Amino acid sequence: MKAALVRIAGLAASVVIVLWGAATVAFLAFRVIPGDPVSVMLGPLAQVSEAVKDGIRADLGLDRPPWEQYVTFIGQLARGDLGESYQLRMPVTEVIGRQLGPTLQLSVLALLIAVVLALAVAVFVRGRAGRAVAAGIELVVLSSPVFWIGLVLLSVFAFGLGWFPVSGTRNPATIVLPAITLALPVAALLSQVLRDGLVQAERMPFAETVRARGASASWFTLRHGLRHGAASSVTLAAYLTGSVLGGAVLVETVFARPGLGRVTLAAISDRDLPVITGIILLSAMVFVVVNLVVELVHPLIDPRVRATRSGGAR
Amino acid sequence: MRRAERVLLWAAVAVLAVIAFAALWPGVLATGDPLQTDVRAALLPPSSEHLFGTDQSGRDVYSRVVYGAGRSLGIGLLATGVALVVGLVVGALAGVAPRGVDAAMMRVNDVLMAFPEFLVALVVVAMLGPGPVNIAIAVTLAAVPVYVRLARVQTRTLRHAEHVEAARILGVPRLRAFTRHVVPGVLGTLSVLATIGIGSSILAAAGLSFLGLGPSEPTPEWGLILAGGRNVLGQAWWISVFPGIAITVTVVSATVIGRILRARADGRAT
Repeated sequence: MKAALVRIAGLAASVVIVLWGAATVAFLAFRVIPGDPVSVMLGPLAQVSEAVKDGIRADLGLDRPPWEQYVTFIGQLARGDLGESYQLRMPVTEVIGRQLGPTLQLSVLALLIAVVLALAVAVFVRGRAGRAVAAGIELVVLSSPVFWIGLVLLSVFAFGLGWFPVSGTRNPATIVLPAITLALPVAALLSQVLRDGLVQAERMPFAETVRARGASASWFTLRHGLRHGAASSVTLAAYLTGSVLGGAVLVETVFARPGLGRVTLAAISDRDLPVITGIILLSAMVFVVVNLVVELVHPLIDPRVRATRSGGAR
Repeated sequence: MRRAERVLLWAAVAVLAVIAFAALWPGVLATGDPLQTDVRAALLPPSSEHLFGTDQSGRDVYSRVVYGAGRSLGIGLLATGVALVVGLVVGALAGVAPRGVDAAMMRVNDVLMAFPEFLVALVVVAMLGPGPVNIAIAVTLAAVPVYVRLARVQTRTLRHAEHVEAARILGVPRLRAFTRHVVPGVLGTLSVLATIGIGSSILAAAGLSFLGLGPSEPTPEWGLILAGGRNVLGQAWWISVFPGIAITVTVVSATVIGRILRARADGRAT
């Protein structure tokens, strides 16, 4: 009981440390990078006197010493206040909150498709030749830019065959092509890892025992092989989440969908520093949460991890 | 299997050779000027005159793709080369650093490695601001963590390898033994990995250009040409499809070469 509490406290501390680290890096980066945020905010065409600029600086607290700014910044973060967007004149939490839904929908659907695809390939593709072909396809998918895959799917299935609408958000069918686009590279990576785990399991001594009992190849894959594959793919969860987030920026641009990707892109082009900071912190948070879930789920899949953790021996 | 592998390796080398040729002497392969506009010849489908068709302003897509090879291959090689050197230095330092410093460095490095290169590059561009120079910096920084990790592991193993101990016993000074006998070994392992890295750097750079964060029109750059075709995809698929094929073929070739080299190096080591 006590060990569990200590572990929970440790995990909570690591969450806070990662978020604080990300916030500090973002703060430092924006102080080190040359360029006056106020001039950037106003745009290159603005004809504004220095006095007005000084006024804006005082409003934003940019005229105070860096140390003081840092303390205020971290203090606001601790209260969940991310500041106000330079461009949209809205609280950052609201800017992000409004666009979170579509991106979340897209990402979750893409992850689902990816997992189903990867599992199907792992279970149904067998034999040397079949696996070589699957590996080849995975290589090509992983080497193709995700935005190009999206454009090819668009021109074939939307413009060519007319099966799906081209863009827009009203029609639920519009999410299909973006989700598949986003899912393909993730599925390719996942299926690679799953297959590596399967092949390794097939070479282990216990595989011989299972076969000797008279179990069929599919039974072996379903009951034993997948578990080995899943153990290694779970550790990739954070990476996969990252590739979905990065991919979402590209896919939302390709399909002209609303979402965090578009907010991110606009914030980068406009140098909207509070929004960029907010998105970096959100990504850090997602990363930490995914890692936490992995920590908790990994021992359930792989008993060997459980043994080393509770036993304390390495 | 061996034979098939050799065929694959040489096919990939041949493809990269053609692309490198296009990068060095684009004028020889191109059939026209990549910047020459011609409104009367806008949005023409691929034909013998315009192999990959023409874009909205009547520019020859094939010539633009040929002229784009230099930029993509250049950023891939440059980012990978610089990342390799930085990774080697940082990783080797971590490999000989005191335990606490080493652990702290690796912790940060592991966090960076937990993200895909494209996402790291995107965050760096978000901090530095858009522009062609900044995306080169971003793609380079994003590539560094993998090399740091490998360089550290290799330094740790090679430091106590027999040939290095032997050199020390023969009276070779510590620093000299390190630079002469440890660093070359580490470099060898890293350069195999670098072949694969060229591909992922090209992909990341193309992605950033596609988003409009890199070079601006009318620069012939694969990601940018692709983005230019997005709005007329329904009428002219060729503008977006061909530069994408160029990117994919380049990345596949680099990855195939890298994987085969790595498999060979692993086979030799064990």
